[in-house]
Amino acid sequence: MDSNTDQNQPMRIRIRNATKAFGTLEAVKNADLDVAPGEVVLIIGPSGSGKSTLLRCVNRLETLSEGEIWIDNDLVTDQHGDIRKIREEVGMVFQNFNLFPHLTALENIMLAPRTVKHATKAQSTENALRLLARVGLQDKATAYPAKLSGGQQQRVAIARALAMNPKVMLFDEPTSALDPEMIKEVLDVMLDLAREGMTMLVVSHEMGFARAAADKVVFMDQGEIIEVGTPTEVFDSPRENRTQRFLEHIL
Amino acid sequence: MAEVNNRDEANRRVTVNVSDGALIPDRGEKSLFSAWRISFFGAIALLIILPTVRPRPYLDIMRFLPDGILATFQVTIISILIALAIGLVTGLGRISRITVINRIATIYVEVIRGIPLLVQLFYIYFALGQLVRVPRLASAIIAMSVCYGAYMGEIFRAGLQAIPKGQMEAALALGMSRSQALRKVILPQTFRVILPPVGNEFIALLKDSSLVSIIAVSDLLRRGREFASVSFQYFETYTVVALVYLVITLFLSKIVSLIEDWAERRG
Repeated sequence: MDSNTDQNQPMRIRIRNATKAFGTLEAVKNADLDVAPGEVVLIIGPSGSGKSTLLRCVNRLETLSEGEIWIDNDLVTDQHGDIRKIREEVGMVFQNFNLFPHLTALENIMLAPRTVKHATKAQSTENALRLLARVGLQDKATAYPAKLSGGQQQRVAIARALAMNPKVMLFDEPTSALDPEMIKEVLDVMLDLAREGMTMLVVSHEMGFARAAADKVVFMDQGEIIEVGTPTEVFDSPRENRTQRFLEHIL
Repeated sequence: MAEVNNRDEANRRVTVNVSDGALIPDRGEKSLFSAWRISFFGAIALLIILPTVRPRPYLDIMRFLPDGILATFQVTIISILIALAIGLVTGLGRISRITVINRIATIYVEVIRGIPLLVQLFYIYFALGQLVRVPRLASAIIAMSVCYGAYMGEIFRAGLQAIPKGQMEAALALGMSRSQALRKVILPQTFRVILPPVGNEFIALLKDSSLVSIIAVSDLLRRGREFASVSFQYFETYTVVALVYLVITLFLSKIVSLIEDWAERRG
């Protein structure tokens, strides 16, 4: 299945037999997925297919009912493990940005390095300014989120996640809440990240981004992983009926 | 009680916004003859005109009251500060996922809110006074803080719940602990949300503090009573007492509405 990944290479993310139940509803069923270091994996699927839930299990914002998730040699699903240490290395970008509204763009980016890693003020300010420049917002350092457009907020949110120097980035529908004209500015930042070799797990239906940057596309439906392949394989010649039907809807 | 709109409330129906602490001037009202202006400046005018026209007894009354105003503020300010601390703890307890803590906080709120403040005041001063000797001023402050702490707890609870869930998730995803997230992300936003209702509680507490005159704390009302019981000029005395309360509360309500404006602008 993983035709383009080296079998001997250790995986960055390993999801094994993951099941997440909310009461009697199984949002994710027996999912298996590997993401190699530097790989960009896109998860697509209809709403309610469990793709966001699966993503949220990777940094344990949701707890798996069964199965295991590993990031390198750390078992995320270990209830006795220190999840905070793992989360420091796993950045997350949300659909609704979730910037801290009482802090400026710069302060948003600095907060976690300051409180979690106890970085000095000078250090974290310098780093935050560099990250703002990287997402093209160096002139917005002192702006509060309410004064920023959706696209700008999402770019600050990406910079905020990058400030912890993560080895994995999770994106939960990062462009779904954006007006069409702002989607590109966010995708461009994500493309840059992908080119620089960031390991990325992305829940999104952005075909253009997938074709340009994704190594693998995962199709999920009703909690199950139905099909995994390269963007060309999955988009142009899907093997499964359900994948075909879904693609007909969104194309 | 004070309203804090819960943005996440999924099953929102029609809501009726009634604020009982009220006295909040309508912020849209810019007219020279707004209700607030008429009451506020009317009361001030009366407090100037009456002693000028009839220095006896009005000037005497006004000379007699300042000590009481001071005591009223003393009780109010100390009580509100303690009530805020109690309210914070109670509000956190009310949203706690630990059942025991949650239950204790909820029982405190239910019990206190179900007993009239005057009864609580008697209870702490007279009933507990049989076991331990509590000075009058102290029992007044304890009663007011314990009572308002419960109301404050509900304001904190509503304020905490008004912060979208995504805020805590974003903080956790960055590797923060729950308590770090609470201190750095959730509470600063909560304080801003609850500022107006807390201001209303302050005004309500100031008015309710007149109850402490019953256990012989020399507050504004008590000083009035003392003056009237000697001079027998009840009508004149209580007119001045009422006017002084009115000026203070109207003034404070204006400040609260300015704070509301400020909080809204900061978004």
